Amino acid sequence: MNIKAKLADKETIDRILVRMAHEILEKNKGSKNLVLIGMRTRGEYLAKRLREKIKQIEGIELPLGVLDVTLYRDDFRTRIKQPQVSVSNITFDINDKDVILVDDVLYTGRTVRSALNAIMEFGRPSSIQLCILVDRGHRELPIRADYVGKNIPTAYKEEIKLKVEEIDGEDAIYLIENENK
Amino acid sequence: MKYLFKNTTIINPEQQLSLKDFDILISDGLIIKIGQNLEYDNSNTKVIELKGKILVPGFLDMHVHLREPGREDEETIETGSRAAANGGFTAVACMPNTEPSIDSAEVIELIKNKSKSFIVDVYPVAAATIERKGEFLSPMLELKEAGAVAFSDDGVAIKTASILKRAMEYSKMIDLPIIEHCEDESLSNGSMNEGINSTLFGLLPLPSVSEDIIVMRDILMAQYTGARVHIAHISSANAVKLVREAKKKGIKVTAEVTPHHFTLTDDLLKTYDTNLKMNPPLRTHQDVQEILEGLKDGTIDCIASDHAPHSIEEKELEFDYAPNGVVGLETSVGIALSELFHKKVLSIEEIIMKYSINPRKILNIPIPSFAEGSKAEFTILDLNEVWTVDKEKFLSKSKNTPFDKRLLTGKPLGIFNKGKLFLNGEII
Amino acid sequence: MPLSNRHLLGMQNVPKEDIQLILDTANTFKEILERPIKRVPTLQGKTIVNLFYENSTRTRISFELAEKRLSADAINFSVSTSSVSKGESLKDTVKNIEAMKVDMIVIRHSVAGTPYMLTKLCDANIINAGDGIHEHPTQALLDLYTIREKKGSFENLKVCIVGDIAHSRVALSNIFALKTMGAKVSVCGPSTMIPKFIEELGVEVIYNIDEAIQENDVLNVLRIQLERKAREYFPSIREYVKYFGINSQRLEKNKKDILILHPGPINRGVELSSDVADGPYQVILQQVTNGVAIRMAVLYLLGTLN
Repeated sequence: MNIKAKLADKETIDRILVRMAHEILEKNKGSKNLVLIGMRTRGEYLAKRLREKIKQIEGIELPLGVLDVTLYRDDFRTRIKQPQVSVSNITFDINDKDVILVDDVLYTGRTVRSALNAIMEFGRPSSIQLCILVDRGHRELPIRADYVGKNIPTAYKEEIKLKVEEIDGEDAIYLIENENK
Repeated sequence: MKYLFKNTTIINPEQQLSLKDFDILISDGLIIKIGQNLEYDNSNTKVIELKGKILVPGFLDMHVHLREPGREDEETIETGSRAAANGGFTAVACMPNTEPSIDSAEVIELIKNKSKSFIVDVYPVAAATIERKGEFLSPMLELKEAGAVAFSDDGVAIKTASILKRAMEYSKMIDLPIIEHCEDESLSNGSMNEGINSTLFGLLPLPSVSEDIIVMRDILMAQYTGARVHIAHISSANAVKLVREAKKKGIKVTAEVTPHHFTLTDDLLKTYDTNLKMNPPLRTHQDVQEILEGLKDGTIDCIASDHAPHSIEEKELEFDYAPNGVVGLETSVGIALSELFHKKVLSIEEIIMKYSINPRKILNIPIPSFAEGSKAEFTILDLNEVWTVDKEKFLSKSKNTPFDKRLLTGKPLGIFNKGKLFLNGEII
Repeated sequence: MPLSNRHLLGMQNVPKEDIQLILDTANTFKEILERPIKRVPTLQGKTIVNLFYENSTRTRISFELAEKRLSADAINFSVSTSSVSKGESLKDTVKNIEAMKVDMIVIRHSVAGTPYMLTKLCDANIINAGDGIHEHPTQALLDLYTIREKKGSFENLKVCIVGDIAHSRVALSNIFALKTMGAKVSVCGPSTMIPKFIEELGVEVIYNIDEAIQENDVLNVLRIQLERKAREYFPSIREYVKYFGINSQRLEKNKKDILILHPGPINRGVELSSDVADGPYQVILQQVTNGVAIRMAVLYLLGTLN
């Protein structure tokens, strides 16, 4: 794995999140019916930051849940490594809510597909909106994001890596070349 | 037909005979001449070159189950005889737990008649009690006259001390031994030796004390009545010690052991292989060590296979449901040569004693000798041939062996008996 | 890290890492069991046969629920033991089931070693749901999960298994798993119900129930079989209750903070008095809930191995 470029730093990410918070509030006409669900692992941290931004703007702290989609994946038969599962943590009722589903990178769309299935089993929200920091293209399913932080067209061999301070010690987006592919 | 066996080694400890590079000439089943570089008539003599092989007095397996009459799907007198010949035995003693059991002169005659045309001599062991039920004595005098060589309720011990006492007193008249399967029925609802392994493998235990109790009972009864008792398939260390002490006191007790009981231990049952299920069960390393000691010091007189054929369907059942027993005729001698002779537990002379001389002494059967004018009855051994057991090549009808694919050193090549030569799997 | 074996036949020789992984994975499934829709699509398209040669409604339902909640196709195949002798052999049954293309077989059988035999007869993943008096690994795992929930860890935890140890598959699986996880294990019961060489497993034997209560943090109390056959091992139920039964006076007298497990079904008034069976120390119904989560974890971990 080689780092090819640093695409964004802390300030840039922060600005993007502020913008997306505004977009979300604008589209939903406020925060009244919103809940946030972050996808493990880095989507969870992005969701937490979005909650902060929305709180700064609206003065309201939105409910936030964490979703682990391992059990909904469609690649058990083709993967070599068995993925480790962890707990989903959604403690509030999502029925009739507008769910903002947050993840770091949108790629084939399969993870989002798994997440949609998973969310449906917690209840019947009135809408699910997808909020993505980086859209790198190469979709395999008819899925698109409602809020996109940054569009970064990539080659197949490349990968987008989001780093967050809580886990990786810095906030940044990197473009990586993966030679194993 | 004449046979000349050339350049062979001839060993018979009973005659104190040990000849190297000798020839032996046989005509009509009788030994005509023993000597070096014998002359022979080319036209009517079959010459067999046996350089490096040895001839020993014909081996006798004194504990086999031929299943006829009753379970001819598992073995018959014919297939059992062929298996015996292939295993190096010129004679076998067959156990009475057939259907009907061998408790009448008629059944003995049936076995004698059926075996007449085969190369192996079959000596029936008759039931000690009617239907082996432990209630009434079998007609021992008549059975002996018909050809019985011993009495046994094998499969179970003679049921009560009182019927045992009468059986011993009665058989003493005709000097035939009682062969005992030593197991206390009230302790026998398990399927493997009691020990840490029975706990680990979750199988109900058969404690070795079940064997020891009956061995002790039988020894005391033999002492009390003065009759002869032979302990079949001894398997526990304590039983070996009891027999050793009894022999020191001059009590008329003898004992046999099977190849699986001096080779295998209950550790192997972790695979739940039903070909390791037998009664008495495989026991511990300590038991095997005591058995080897008993073989060395003469406490254990004979090696017998307890050849117990079972159909594939029966042995493929779940462990508890599968019947006890393994076939042994075609692996016994190879195992003994590998495990006892090559590992220096016994000399070849001692092996011959345990396979040929002692069993005949116990059963009052004449011992074959290498002497001009004697009947030719011998086993041909190659002490050094390395071979792999292959159950598919067995001549027995059944294949339930725990020794399949085992590498052995030393092999029985064939036998000569009743004027016929069986060599490398067929009559020549 | 995936599991180190593609079958679960017993807890003997299952490494600590595997036990840890199963217990951790069960957390995920326990969360799913709290949801309104208690189902995930993980094993969609997998076929699992519950092959029960022995009647055990509880264990079968627990496995069946676990399978359905993972979206597997679950099929029950019950063979009554009485018809075995007349009917089809195990080998033929298994070959038949395999020909129907199944992925996993959960087997309960009264003869020890039968799950092991199955691994030689077919390619499916085999899960032992109890074989004779040998092992019952998922029961041990759910016991451990329940203990860990309440006690946090196994290091230096003292656990005593009470009852008929010699004829219990639950006891043996618990002993292996608890020892592996670092607990101190003892057994308590009439000496006729303690296997002769059990100390060789590093297990302490206690014949006095008061001592067992005093010295342990957890009691795993086994069901006493009341059939005639089992009765050969102790003089009378009255004597058993008096000297080995657990009641609240006994608990009060000796120690308060103790956790009581029981694999069920309980003989009320025999191994546990009714006030203990419903009392504050027991976690019997939690064990049942955890059983489904543990079985989901095992099915998931084996079913998604490549």
